[in-house]
Amino acid sequence: MRGESEEMIDLLRDKVAELGLTNTVKVIKTGCFGFCEEGPIIKIKPDNIIYVKVKFSDVDEIFEQHVLRGHIVERLLSVDPETQETYKEDKALGFYKKQYRIVLRNCGFINPEDITEYIAVRGYEALAIVVSENTPEEVIEVIKKSQLRGRGGGGFPTGLKWELTAKHRRSDKYIICNADEGDPGAFMDRSVLEGDPHTILEAMAIAGYAIGASTGIIYIRAEYPLAIHRLEVAIKQAKEYGFLGDNIFESGFNFNIEIRLGAGAFVCGEETALINSLQGMRGEPTKKPPFPSEAGYKNMPTSVNNVETFANIPPIILNGPEWFSSIGTENSKGTKVFALAGKINNIGLVEVPMGTTLQEIVFDIGGGIIDGKKFKAVQTGGPSGGVITGDNLDTPIDYESLRSIGSMMGSGGMIILDEEDDMVAICKFYLDFSREESCGKCTPCRIGTTRMFEILERLINFEGTPEDLETLEDLAINIKNSSLCGLGQSAPNPVLSTLEYFREEYEAYAYRTKKTSYQIIGDKCIGCTKCSKVCPVDCITGSIKKVHIIDEEDCIACGACYTACPVDAIIKP
Amino acid sequence: MIKTNLNINDLDKNLLRDLDSYIESLEDPKGSLINVLHRAQMLFGYLPHNLQLYVSRKLDLNAAKVNGVVTFYSFFTEKKTGKYVVSVCMGTACYVKGSEKVLEKCLTLLDVEKNEITKDGLFSVKDVRCIGACGLAPVLSVGEKVYGHVSADMVEDILNKFRGDENDS
Repeated sequence: MRGESEEMIDLLRDKVAELGLTNTVKVIKTGCFGFCEEGPIIKIKPDNIIYVKVKFSDVDEIFEQHVLRGHIVERLLSVDPETQETYKEDKALGFYKKQYRIVLRNCGFINPEDITEYIAVRGYEALAIVVSENTPEEVIEVIKKSQLRGRGGGGFPTGLKWELTAKHRRSDKYIICNADEGDPGAFMDRSVLEGDPHTILEAMAIAGYAIGASTGIIYIRAEYPLAIHRLEVAIKQAKEYGFLGDNIFESGFNFNIEIRLGAGAFVCGEETALINSLQGMRGEPTKKPPFPSEAGYKNMPTSVNNVETFANIPPIILNGPEWFSSIGTENSKGTKVFALAGKINNIGLVEVPMGTTLQEIVFDIGGGIIDGKKFKAVQTGGPSGGVITGDNLDTPIDYESLRSIGSMMGSGGMIILDEEDDMVAICKFYLDFSREESCGKCTPCRIGTTRMFEILERLINFEGTPEDLETLEDLAINIKNSSLCGLGQSAPNPVLSTLEYFREEYEAYAYRTKKTSYQIIGDKCIGCTKCSKVCPVDCITGSIKKVHIIDEEDCIACGACYTACPVDAIIKP
Repeated sequence: MIKTNLNINDLDKNLLRDLDSYIESLEDPKGSLINVLHRAQMLFGYLPHNLQLYVSRKLDLNAAKVNGVVTFYSFFTEKKTGKYVVSVCMGTACYVKGSEKVLEKCLTLLDVEKNEITKDGLFSVKDVRCIGACGLAPVLSVGEKVYGHVSADMVEDILNKFRGDENDS
């Protein structure tokens, strides 16, 4: 957590200063390493040793042993949950092995609040090349050739979006960075903005040059105070260095960036809703066409791009479009950042080439399921997406393949579910979200999502009927077909996808056959009495060395006995 | 029904002066309604009806429009909040790790409904959208302070820390 990390940094700095080592040892504050589950993390360079779950009291030892004497502190190294091996170097960690970092290239390596560190890793070089050597048309051509597609979820080709915006000759044009990361369980954009804010500023300036805009606006969630602070610092520094402002690199190109705060509305991730919100209105989407590329912010041509999309721009300019398009699958190039969360060992951010399989992400990088439980499904695309089951784990991930198995790329949130998760309850959670976040403009979404939520609630309370399942499906399809914007069109996806893969769970509620109590398998029970001791409602009977029995009427399904049983004789409802 | 107070004269004059100078610094005040509301909520803690009316007159906007915007966005609140706002994250990652139980525990311990203020005025509890700290799920924050890997059993200790502060001062 931030507070503790700051204290550790201060302590390390004090120690370095005390021994007069300020010229040889440098303590830097970096952005997120992505390995959130094991934080706080300290990395020692040039050895590239990573210490995990460091406590304030460990700092002394790391400093005395490693920094001063070169001895590795074994007990603070990361341990593989499966093999029990310890890892010293970051690259050897399973978590990093299959990753390929373009978007997150600087996160965790540079101090985000120091522009000189960004410049040292070729920062603002792409902007310098573009404004002094290329025409705007050439820049657009490079991005088109790279085949970069929008990372916000839609997957629209970025170069084409820029071209469409560039061709309208108007006095003012705008570049907007969509940092309204509202998808619950997704935190990729936050990490990029906190760990490498200058990349976004540089990319926005390049985009501005390409489409002929002199103003950029970052629309960011008010819930991300640290990211906002770092962007403010970055903008100030970039202006001081002349990378933003008037006559950038003496090219005659002017570009300024302002930050605007969102106020908590998921629908504002939709570009027309976002633009309305920027103009001080309710964030309601409007129909397209006209597209923002023709009439967007203040009715002027506007290109709205996502944070992750922007983070790809400078590397494409520096390394060439061929390099970028050599990574990934036929129709989806480059990498994708995913936020792994839920019941997985290595929670954190991962960046993999398109075409990596879910199997590799969940098990090789993610380290498998917590407590050795069984994998059930991955939920991708948040409230707009669906579930992917074990049968489809070997699907290479790209925009098209995920859609074909009933889910979607979305912004990159990946929630791992284990055998204990109830799919109907998860869907109820998403529908509750969608109905609250529906802007209310169009009826199918406003009323339809509420009705769907009510049906799910009814089912879970054992008040539903088998007919409810048909109504649910009908409603879902109608809402999809008749809603105005992406939120409504995709809100039924979680239900449709779980109805396809986990219909039996819905039926268990609808036909009221769902068991609500735990059970003991007589053959396995050794009569140790551990279960009856932990039962909070005393519904387990049996004496020592005799088979125990759970009273189905009284069981509250708390799972205490399940955890206590040493021989796995208890089965879940 | 809460009785609506539309009397602008009830508002704190010093805070209004701060708000005015912010509005005057804006290039396009009308188009910056959301920024103005952010500032107003930061200054006053919440956005009562008379403050919304004040903003609407100041920006020459329809009061109904301002109210429409305030009620549209979940970040804005029309109700007074406690000295410490306890926010329980309801993002998916927190949800699957049991944040509902944490929220329930907060409500029972403090004996309040969601978005209501405790009798001593010290706390109010709300559920919030994903704050992007999924690595720490379930997450609870009190004011600016973030607590990670929270279980229902830990809630009482966390809340007591803030009660303690109150007794010391």
